[in-house]
Amino acid sequence: MSLFLIAALPFLGAVFPALLIRAGRNAAAASTGAVTLLALIGLVLHAPAVLRGETVSARLDWLPDLGLNANFHLDGLGLLFAGLILGIGLLIIAYARFYLSREDPMGQFYSYLLLFQGAMVGIVLSDNILLLLVFWELTSLSSFLLIGYWKHLPEGRQGARMALAVTGSGGLAMIGGMLILGHIVGSYDLSVILQNKDLIQASPLYAPALILILIGAFTKSAQFPFHFWLPHAMAAPTPVSAYLHSATMVKAGLFLMARMWPVLSGTELWFYLVATTGLVTMVLGAVIALFKDDLKALLAFSTVSHLGLITMLLGFGTKAAAVAAVFHIVNHATFKAALFMNAGIVDHAAHTRDIKQLGGLRHLMPLTFTLAGVAALSMAGIPPFNGFLSKEMMLEEATHAIWAGTPWLVPALAVFGALFSVAYSLRYIAHVFLGPRRHDYPTLPHDPGAGLWLPPAVLVVLVVLIGLFPNVIATPIVTAAANAVTGADVYFHPALWHGLTPALYMSVAAVLGGALLLGGHRAALGIWNNLPRPEAKAIFDAIVGAATGTSRRFSDRLHNGSLARYSAIFLVFTLAIAYYAFASGTLGPETRAPLPVTAMPVLGWICLVGSTLSVVAFHRNRLLALVLIGVTGLIVSMTFNYLSAPDLALTQISVEVVTIILLLLALNFMPQQTPRESSPGRRSRDVAISVVAGLGVGGLIYALMTRDFVLPSISEYHLANSYKGGGGNNVVNVILVDFRGFDTFGEIIVLGIAAIIIFAITEAVLGSRVRARLLNRKPWSPLAGDSHPLMMVVATRVMMPIALMVAAYIFFRGHNMPGGGFIAGLIAAIAVVMQYMASGFSWATDRQRLPYHGIIGTGVLVAAVTGMGAWFNGLPFLTSAFGYVHPPYLEKFELATAALFDLGVFLAVLGAVLLALQSLARYAWQPGIASEHPMDINPERDDATQTIEGH
Amino acid sequence: MIEYAVYFAATCFGLAFLMNLWKIATAEGVGDRVLALDTMVINAIALMILYGLANGTEIFFEAAMIIAMLGFVSTVAYARFMLRGNIIE
Repeated sequence: MSLFLIAALPFLGAVFPALLIRAGRNAAAASTGAVTLLALIGLVLHAPAVLRGETVSARLDWLPDLGLNANFHLDGLGLLFAGLILGIGLLIIAYARFYLSREDPMGQFYSYLLLFQGAMVGIVLSDNILLLLVFWELTSLSSFLLIGYWKHLPEGRQGARMALAVTGSGGLAMIGGMLILGHIVGSYDLSVILQNKDLIQASPLYAPALILILIGAFTKSAQFPFHFWLPHAMAAPTPVSAYLHSATMVKAGLFLMARMWPVLSGTELWFYLVATTGLVTMVLGAVIALFKDDLKALLAFSTVSHLGLITMLLGFGTKAAAVAAVFHIVNHATFKAALFMNAGIVDHAAHTRDIKQLGGLRHLMPLTFTLAGVAALSMAGIPPFNGFLSKEMMLEEATHAIWAGTPWLVPALAVFGALFSVAYSLRYIAHVFLGPRRHDYPTLPHDPGAGLWLPPAVLVVLVVLIGLFPNVIATPIVTAAANAVTGADVYFHPALWHGLTPALYMSVAAVLGGALLLGGHRAALGIWNNLPRPEAKAIFDAIVGAATGTSRRFSDRLHNGSLARYSAIFLVFTLAIAYYAFASGTLGPETRAPLPVTAMPVLGWICLVGSTLSVVAFHRNRLLALVLIGVTGLIVSMTFNYLSAPDLALTQISVEVVTIILLLLALNFMPQQTPRESSPGRRSRDVAISVVAGLGVGGLIYALMTRDFVLPSISEYHLANSYKGGGGNNVVNVILVDFRGFDTFGEIIVLGIAAIIIFAITEAVLGSRVRARLLNRKPWSPLAGDSHPLMMVVATRVMMPIALMVAAYIFFRGHNMPGGGFIAGLIAAIAVVMQYMASGFSWATDRQRLPYHGIIGTGVLVAAVTGMGAWFNGLPFLTSAFGYVHPPYLEKFELATAALFDLGVFLAVLGAVLLALQSLARYAWQPGIASEHPMDINPERDDATQTIEGH
Repeated sequence: MIEYAVYFAATCFGLAFLMNLWKIATAEGVGDRVLALDTMVINAIALMILYGLANGTEIFFEAAMIIAMLGFVSTVAYARFMLRGNIIE
């Protein structure tokens, strides 16, 4: 299976659970599992080649100018990680099906999970660091959704925000580091970067690149001092914790360090940054974990500690340490995911995760106890389980590490950390499962069904098998991965018995010490509680609060809700820039003579100036201001006509009508007068600013029109190619549907989105308590006349077919003469709105057969399908085609795909305008005020006279 | 000959246009101003057609037609607003 498909499958598959949840939770879970299984099979098919040492790759140029290419490759490291992500993902999917309750939206959960899975697979398969960054950000976003999945829990929302803030800002730092790295090498392809170790390490930019990349990796992998987000992310459902916070997302940082290991490691800076951070994190996490009473918090800090361990191993910079790191990644993923699922089982059964309320569970949950016991012993590093093997290798490597000239420091701290690790692992067994059976559990626990215990059991079996037969099960994949990390052939031969090595003594010391420490847990807890220690959440909240406060103070001064202030700031800023440009640039001589002044333009000029001055004079009367703006609109459209832009004139006229209807609908809810709010001083300041701005714009336009352009304009190209290339004589229309068709496509989508948002806001407002106030609104003046006057109804009914015909005419001729889909859509919309105005909201809505959303969607789809049609001819999106036909008895006419595209524009505009106007009309709609009949007086209706009398 | 006729007509409609503007700016009450605006729209149609006649082009015909067809919609909307407050009941 192509690597593209493996990376894309989870994203494509994310649609299925969201849709299939309607067929039941099993269908959603099964579809998610099937997608993951398919990707896993695809991966496994590549495994033999990768294990032989080959690298599978798939390349596609995406944005070659930016160096961003969709290049994927699969080597040992990628295979190991992708296998973990998809394999454990499969178990998590099964587990989550039985873990989530009936109230939880499971389709959503699986969709998020698949998005996350896709992003993770993308990270580990990327052969382009820019592509890797895209997937990196996607994991931050999708994990935000997963951590905050239980939206009703404040801890969940806060944890999700914190995780996003920390990993997101780390991601920003990493973007910087990666860009520097790409700049040093001159390529953003990983395979190229990995060949240039000397170039990178000799560069003066090595240190900044390394630090920025490490910030990204450390935040993601919860290394000190960024470790605090991980325990707070435990508010997520347990399957999420088991998946993201043991096996996958937190390992992304480790993956990155391992991926970059060949070129970044081996320097002093690397050793001191990475190994020290890892060491501190390992010890700190282990110590805190021992004193946590929440099972998941214990596991979270234990994860922090183990991640520190792996980071430290990578930091050592030796090949043997890198091998140990890879091996521990595998082992940690197996036992920690099993333990998280186990904690979830306990939580499910006993309805608490507080260790203080637990104990003695082995009598009630023997199966869960067995699984927890094996996994926890492996975490403690007890033979014969897999955790022992890699922990021994870690201790062995620690003895070789010399930190700032002191050979004993690292081994001593490693033993200290391992000791606490043993203590908390044993505590998980002793304080939860051992001890006497209690009688005060929140609910009486019992072993779960197979759906919950089978997935962790699979992992526990692996824990045992890797421990007993490491060379059969783990060696091939670990060797392949370690080869990829180190870029050389490594020797990997783990065994339970190494002889009496220093590592063995250290191990024994850690186990005995850990057991003793657990025995004195009560005393140790007393000491711990008396130690002063900074609370990470408080510090984080203080930083976020300070940042929010500062930006709020800044933005509140700029955005205080006053339109006058916005315009003043905008105008002063623009004037300053313009003045700078004018003062620093040069102005060429006037090359064009002014045209003679004729009567028509003078007339238009007088009207424009007159209406503008009147608007200024009367602007406090809102309705009057609207009428006066109508004059401006009329003159502007006539000016367009006079200056040979009939398309613009047509658009302006139809937009004018729609705007007036829209504003009248809104004015109905507003005071008729704008009150005087600003002081005379402020008003004169505003007048001064606007006069200067007006004179500036006028001067700029005068300067532009009396000179030729410095650079040749693109109009010449459009004029020359409009008929030849686009098949149309109307250049404006050909630009819209052909030359700049992609812009138009984006615009109709935005238009549709805007209309749907208006609809959504209306729905929300009318669903709230405001609805009652709207329904009980009293008109501001006595109502006069009829609600549905007969004259108006008859006139608009007669106008409707004519207007629609005109719309069709304008549409069809658009390609060669002024017109097109946009104008036609507006005209058709006005034809329908007339019916709303004449016969009322209820009457018109009853006769609306197609929902306006559907019309918008159809329009966008028609445009998209037309654009995609070009693909089938091997041409880029939206390439148009046209031809001429000669039907018998008719003149020849043109058939162009651009017309189909224009049909999409027509439908989108029609739907958007009508949806927006109809939504706004709903605010004022009051049942019972107006009759439901199309006309108030209808001679055909017998009850007409009575209805009138009844009013 | 047609030339002079067009000029004469354009002068008349142009003057009417200015008078409309005067009324829109100064008339009592919004109703009169809306009526003046409606008249101005009609004068605009005339001016457009005359300009087309003077230049021998049909290109302005559609614009004039659409103004004629749609111009009354805004007037009706203003009228409904003043009488009923709500233009879509």
